[in-house]
Amino acid sequence: MIEINNISKWYGQFQVLADCSTRIAKGEVVVVCGPSGSGKSTLIKCVNGLESFEQGDVIVDGTSVGSPTTILSKLRSRVGMVFQHFELFPHMSITENLTIGQIKVLGRSKDEALQRGLKLLDRVGLRSQAEKFPGQLSGGQQQRVAIARALAMDPICMLFDEPTSALDPEMINEVLDVMVELANEGMTMMVVTHEMGFARKVAHRVIFMDHGRIVEDATKDDFFGTPRSERAQLFLSKILSH
Amino acid sequence: MSFFTELDVSVIAPSLPFLWTGLKFTVTLTLIAMSGGIILGTLLALARLSPFSPLAMAASWYVNLMRSIPLLMVILWFFLIIPLITGYPMGAETSAIITFTAFEAAYYSEIMRAGIQSVSRGQVFAGQAIGMTYAQTMGHIVLPQAFRNMLPVLLTQTIILFQDTSLVYAIGAKDLLKAAEIAGKNYNRPVEMYIFAAVIYFVICFSLSRLVKHLQSRIAIIR
Repeated sequence: MIEINNISKWYGQFQVLADCSTRIAKGEVVVVCGPSGSGKSTLIKCVNGLESFEQGDVIVDGTSVGSPTTILSKLRSRVGMVFQHFELFPHMSITENLTIGQIKVLGRSKDEALQRGLKLLDRVGLRSQAEKFPGQLSGGQQQRVAIARALAMDPICMLFDEPTSALDPEMINEVLDVMVELANEGMTMMVVTHEMGFARKVAHRVIFMDHGRIVEDATKDDFFGTPRSERAQLFLSKILSH
Repeated sequence: MSFFTELDVSVIAPSLPFLWTGLKFTVTLTLIAMSGGIILGTLLALARLSPFSPLAMAASWYVNLMRSIPLLMVILWFFLIIPLITGYPMGAETSAIITFTAFEAAYYSEIMRAGIQSVSRGQVFAGQAIGMTYAQTMGHIVLPQAFRNMLPVLLTQTIILFQDTSLVYAIGAKDLLKAAEIAGKNYNRPVEMYIFAAVIYFVICFSLSRLVKHLQSRIAIIR
């Protein structure tokens, strides 16, 4: 489904991504973790071309992200993405947030888009908030709407870029619950997160990044049981100790 | 106190219809220059922010040039030079409308540029992530927010524009000021007419600036 082949990226002299490669199969849930500044967010944004890269390529469902002939907007409409800061459109109601992509990008009718949007809103437990604006919802609610917005496009896979990092602790679980449910339904997911509980529960594989490199790419059991690299061990001990 | 006691306000009432035609042109000029200026200004702002550097450079040159020349000189030059180039005379009113639209576009573009930059990059990412093209992201996501954030500043610029339209007096376009001047000459009462014109300018501008204040507080609440 997603093939990341030897990609490298520089900001001027500074190398943010160094020769990163991995594959995510259909239905697989892969968690990406690592210290801040390790390139996790940049890597996941390369998958749908929100960030460009200088070397290597990413293939999503047979389409090359790096190829100049690829129409990126077409590709992105099939790849759902959820951001750290939700990024709901503040000037639109929740309903409009859920339907605008379906109407303008997929060409669905207003009615059809609304039905689909409300169904997903129901699914994330926010049907009663349909007419509100993003600013009137809590962070956790906004993030659930953001997940529904991405799902409304019927994506072939979902990318999560630190979906719970900007949330108050008591709201983290309501978002994780939605993600766990999604994973259990067989959605292909790439998730940048520090929520190791989530990783233990649903991840098939865990990728550990440091200084722009993929240091460890292991099955969940191997990663939590016997992480091979010293840096991954140190990282795990730090975030699991409290 | 003789200045005030000698004022003859009775000449105002009969001149009202004539002053009204002047005010109509002033308002028309303001509205056209505002809408045209905001549309052109938004395009200029997009051009300045474009990664295609020749376009960005050209837009930047245009904006900086317009902002570095006194408006009165632009009005005069355009009025005098265009007939020489095209060979056709252009009416003062038409000339004023074109000049003001082109000139104000430079100022509105700076406001819209700040507005566009006030919308976070994450919003652009979010639009693109659901498959929107650059144009769709701009049109549906970025510009509406930029416009909303900048509404008070755009209106403030429009108040300045409304006052500046009186400069068309220099090329003889019949705006409110010109109408007041003519009416004043008719009745040989220029002082009364100029004072009355000033009161009209004041009332309109003051009401608009109250509106700006009101909008500012409302936008602060929405955020």
